[in-house]
This record gives sequence, structure tokens and C-alpha cells, in this order.
Amino acid sequence: MKTINIIGAGLAGLMAAVTAASAGYQCRLFSRQRSERAQSVLAEGGINAVLNTMGEDDEIENHFADTMRGGVDLADPNAVDAMVHAAPGIVTWLHQIGVPFNMQDGHMIQRNFGGQKKKRTAFAKSSTGKMLMAGLIDETRKWEADGTVQRFAHHDFIRILTEETEVGLICRGVRIRDEYSGRLTDYEGPVILASGGLAGVFPGMTTGTTQNSGEVTSTLFSQGVRLGNLEMIQYHPTTFGINGKRCLVTEAARGEGGRLFVMRNGSPWYFMEEKYPVLKNLMPRDVVSREIYFVTRQEDCQDQVYLDLTGLPAETWKKKLPDLREEIRHYLDIDAAKKPVPVEPGIHYFMGGIDVDELHRTSIRGLYAGGECCSQYHGANRLGGNSLLGAIYGGKKAAETVMGEYDSYVAEVSGYAALQPLPADFDDPLTREADPVLILQLREILLAGMGIVREEESMQKALDQVLALKEEAEKDLQGQETGGNLRDRNRIHLAEAMLRSALARRESRGAHYRSDYPEKDEEYRKTAVAEWKDGRACITYRPLPERRSAGR
Amino acid sequence: MKIILDILRRENAQSTPYHQQIPFETEDETCTVAGALTEINNDKEAADSQGHLVGKIIWQSSCLQKKCGACAMLIGGRPRLACDTQLREFAKKGRVTLEPLKKFPVVADLMVDREIMYANLDTIGIWLKESALLDEDSSDQAYDASRCLQCGCCLEVCPNFYPGGFFTGPASVAPVSRLISMLPESQKKELFHAYEKHIFEGCGKSLACENICPAKIEVNRMLIHSNAAAVWKRGSFRRKKA
Repeated sequence: MKTINIIGAGLAGLMAAVTAASAGYQCRLFSRQRSERAQSVLAEGGINAVLNTMGEDDEIENHFADTMRGGVDLADPNAVDAMVHAAPGIVTWLHQIGVPFNMQDGHMIQRNFGGQKKKRTAFAKSSTGKMLMAGLIDETRKWEADGTVQRFAHHDFIRILTEETEVGLICRGVRIRDEYSGRLTDYEGPVILASGGLAGVFPGMTTGTTQNSGEVTSTLFSQGVRLGNLEMIQYHPTTFGINGKRCLVTEAARGEGGRLFVMRNGSPWYFMEEKYPVLKNLMPRDVVSREIYFVTRQEDCQDQVYLDLTGLPAETWKKKLPDLREEIRHYLDIDAAKKPVPVEPGIHYFMGGIDVDELHRTSIRGLYAGGECCSQYHGANRLGGNSLLGAIYGGKKAAETVMGEYDSYVAEVSGYAALQPLPADFDDPLTREADPVLILQLREILLAGMGIVREEESMQKALDQVLALKEEAEKDLQGQETGGNLRDRNRIHLAEAMLRSALARRESRGAHYRSDYPEKDEEYRKTAVAEWKDGRACITYRPLPERRSAGR
Repeated sequence: MKIILDILRRENAQSTPYHQQIPFETEDETCTVAGALTEINNDKEAADSQGHLVGKIIWQSSCLQKKCGACAMLIGGRPRLACDTQLREFAKKGRVTLEPLKKFPVVADLMVDREIMYANLDTIGIWLKESALLDEDSSDQAYDASRCLQCGCCLEVCPNFYPGGFFTGPASVAPVSRLISMLPESQKKELFHAYEKHIFEGCGKSLACENICPAKIEVNRMLIHSNAAAVWKRGSFRRKKA
């Protein structure tokens, strides 16, 4: 039986499972919690695809151009090309599995979203992620019922199992812990990672979930997996703080007519509209967040920006943004239809992550990645509406690649002895949880170094602090057999890589804005690749490929 | 604000449960039960009212904004989401009890195993065998149904549900009614039958589920809609697409 291991049961993981299962492959679907708890359910605004239902003569080439431009040309153009061409088919399929997209007169309504001149974002009111997940969960259940997909909820990733070969590492399988019993099991076969972004590196400071610890990525990095563009962290312009996290005000609120303003000399200044007369409040997120950063530091302005939604028609609230209004009322005690909402930028998405090629292969054979955990499609800044698309398409593409390579993978690993079952009391030092104090320490260091506006000195200071922690952790590991904590060490390694990647890119591009290098530099239109080598995070640059075919 | 968290602790399913009183203090008026648990777990020195170290409290959480259902537990005796319950509600009393949901097996502390809910959905057979399309009328129904968090609060208060019984409980009502409007002909007989057996015949219509639902799912409306389709074979499901 051909079996594929999938880590993560959000959109990318479910899509990988459905794709592989419907082609007859056995899938093991591992996740710490059930899919209903995945971060994907939080996505609000919509999913981009050129359906051209709004009479605006939209074309797939526009979707390509906007995605590349929004990402400031740092994405692989061939990967983006393939994704935007697949998008209409994906959205149509989602509709067919029962996703209740907003419809009018028999066609899907599409809304405006940031960085796109055409209405291209299909949506289900303001809970698109939740609706997509409900559909995909049922679709996956069909394969679970006949045994093709085997679900391992409450199962945690511990490490990948690798073999050194003449041509580099190959992934033999994955070590998983049952969080209920604590028991470890090694599962053989290729692995698709769909483990989400790095919200867990910044606990409490992102719009993401507490389920994400960032530790799949940090473990993999320490195991030799290459990461890409780690400096590219998206600050969403409109969030507000609630107990324990940042809450998102969907970009759809601006897509439907919301306006940002700041009080300047006693009267509202709609700064985005004045500075960017074409896209106005719907400039890409990196630009809007940066503008908020600057205007709130201007002497004649107050330090709070507001989102004015009072001009939205009652019908829009009811049909398109009902959950958003309820949420703002619940948490801020503000009726957004009547009063402006105070907002500020918050960490929302990681464009960087596991380095993959166009086909979603990582640097280790037999190991693939899709969804937010990998760096693909979004370059230096992701457009709203492209994350749901990227997750679904990425999960699908990764599964297709695994299937295409399955036989050659099996042939390659056939020379090695099968993985042996682990004894019931088997222990792995990687099961020890990271120190919560260290996690918060690293968070503060990274926040200080990798904010919306960055410069050499503060990043270097942050790196020095991380290196000091690294030294301590190394000592701990050497000093005692069990005293050191590998998860701590791995988190430090990842933090080092993030800072080194940010320091190395001496230009401003997308989400990476440096006050000491405020211009874009074509020399840096390359993927920043981070690799753990000789005891440090090394950053190298890989040129981006040329686009093979424009406007197929 | 000062408050005592009275938590029903249990190391694992086999060990004896015990109550532990943990004093907690916060300046944040909006601090939720989830916020308090996070803070206590981040504090390695946190001690209970006897001065014993608390150690890590096992509980589940994910989105912290009542969109995922992970953190359902008994708070002051009622099933609620920890992220949606502010401590100030209990400030006057000066204490609040936190216990695991009781209809599910306890894994440890406040964490329970809710897999029975998913097994139930498998039993009923909630999926589409072939592609279908929602019409505009049933789209709103599917939207409302898709909002279900599978948190389990409804099962906790349902007088008719018990794990292992033939009645799969209100947690399967929303997922069924998501699909019932768009079932392909070939699937209707089978799923309607399962609905009748596992939901219709078991529900005593106390509607305690509707009162407790953190997502405010209108379970009664879903039941009426699904009964009409699956049991009485009438209603919106038969309406021809425009």
C-alpha cells in the first residue's frame, strides 16, 4: 500500500489528504487537535480566483501580475503562474462540495481586496476560512470512513527520520507522539508538512492560534531542512488586541468601503486616500501597515488610527460582514456601523518558512511542504485572499508531487532496513517541552528586532541577545545529560536564522522595510535561504527562475 | 482583580481527581479564563493556596476568539468556552470552579477526549458522495450550519445524549443540516434514514443545546429544516433550483 504521512489538518493538510486519497493513496493525517481547531478556520475575507463574474474584464494574467507585484517580485513566477491558473477550478470545486459562497443571480459575488484593482475575491460573508474548512472536513470524512485516510488527532510531530545518503539526506518517515498516552511511534514513508506558519514564535502577539508552536519548523531547521525568506513577516494593518492575542479586522471591511484615518490637528485625515489615490485603503498590507506606523509617529497626528466603517450600507453588514460586526461589538463594545474602530498593525502571516521548489519539494528528498509552513507564492508580501488559495493549491500540489515521485522514492529507500517499532517506554529528548520563559524572552527579542521598520543596530542587538541565549543553551546541553532542552535550542536556532536573514537583506522589499536601506535593490531579488551549518544559521541567496510562459 | 481558580485536577485518566485552589491576580479587567490559565502555565513559580507548586495545567486551546471550540470546559458548573468567559463575571464571588466536560473521558486536568463526536458524524455518514451545488436559498442554511464549532457544550447539557447511545446528539445536527439541502438523489435514502435513527428519534426537544451554544447556532431551526427534509419529506429541500 502506498502511504503518505501528512503533518497538520488545516486547509493544506486536508487538501493534500483528499488529493492523495482520491488517487488511491493511503494517508495518515496527524494533527495536535481536530481540524475544527486549525488556524485556517480564522480566515475571514475570501479566496482569490479570476472568475470574472463582476463584469470587470478580469484576466488570469492580472491575478498573476498583482500577486507578483504585491510580493515585490520575490515569489517563484512559475509557481505563481500555476497557482493563479488553477484558482478558478479550485473555487468551483469548493462550491461543489457545499461551500456557501455569497451568490447573486446564480453567480458568485467577488469583492475588492488589497493590492488588486479588480473584484477577484470570492467569499462566504466574513467567515470564509470556516466555511471552506467545513466543506473540506466533510470531504475528508468520506475518505476516513472507508479507511483511506487514517486520522491521528491529538498526535504531535516530534521529528523527521532521515538517512544520510551519498546525495544528501532522505526522509524515511516521521516520529509522532500520541499526546494522550505519551507513546512514540515511527511512521515510515514520505512526509508532507502542512504545519502552519510561525505564530508560535510570537505567542500572544499574532492573529494566529495557540496550537501553532513554531516547533515543527524549528525542529526541521535543526535537522538540516533549509528555510527561505524568514525576514518576511506580514503585519496586518487592522487588528486589535484582546486577552491573549490579536484579533483581525478583515481586509474585506476596507474592500467593502472601510476608510482608515488618523486625527491630525483635530480633524480626521484619510491618509491612505490622499497618499495613494488609485488603490487608496486597499494598498497591499505592507504599505498600509507602514503608513500607519509613520502617521502615528507624526507630531501633528494622534497615535491611534481608526477604521471608519460607518458609511457601509446596512445590506453590506447583513449579507457580507455580519460576523465582523458582532465580533467588534463583543470585544470592543463598539457598533462599527455607528462608530470608527481603533486598529493597529499586528503579526498575521509568515511569507517565509520551509524552502520549497516549484513542486513543493523541500531540501530533503521524501519531504514536502504546503500551506503557510512553506515559503512560496507570496514573495515579500502576501495579498489578502491568496492565503486560502495558496494553502489549498499548495496542499494539492505537494500531494501530486509526492504521488509522481512515489515509486522512485520507494526504490531509493528500499536498500535500507525497515524502521523498527519503538518500545512502549521509548523516550526522545525532543518530547520535552520548551521553557515558557525562554519562549517569551525570544518573542521580545524578535519583536524588537523585526518590527514594521527595521535597522541594522536594533537587529544586531537582537541577534547578540539570541547568540547569548544560544551559548547558555549549548552549555546546558553539554553540561548534563538530561538538563538541556532540545526544543529550547531549536527555537533559538530559528530565531538566529530569522535575524540573520533580516540582517543580510540590505534593502527594503515588501514586509522587510529598513530605515537604513529604504530602497529596493535588484541585487537582492533572490530567495534568502537559511541553513544550519557548522553550528550557525548561514544565509545564502538563490536567484529566482525566469517565468517560462507568460499568459498561457 | 483577585480571584481563586478552583480547578479539578487529574494527572491522567487513571489517577484520582482532586480540587486545587489557585489564587490569581490580574490588572486586566478583560482577562478571560483562558488568559488566566495561560498566565499560570507561563509562571513556573505559580503556587496554590497551600503553597504547593501548581505545575502545568493541561487544557486545550487554539484560536482564543470563540471560533474553534477547543477550550470548552465547565466554568462555574456550566459548559462554556474559556476564551469567551471573563473572570470579572465571578469577581464578586471571588472564586470560580473549572472542571472538565463530564460527558467525555478525561485525558488529564481540563482536557477531555471528544473523539466520540467525530465517530458519530462518521456513523451518520456526513459527506457528499458526488458534487452538488447550493442554491441561494439553502446557502444561508449551510452557512449557519457550518459555523458549528464541535466544542461539545451542547452534548454536555443535552438530557438525551449519552456517549455510546444511538442518539448522536445536537453536535451532529448542524453538520447534517449543512448537507441535507444539497444531497444528491443517490444519497438521500441512506442519509435520511440515518438522520431519523440517530437524531430525530433521540431528540426530546429540550433545546438546552440552543441556550448553551457558544456559536449561537439555532439548533431548533436546523432541526425543523432537517426534519422536513429527512422525515416528513417536504419543505425547502424539494424546492426546485431556479
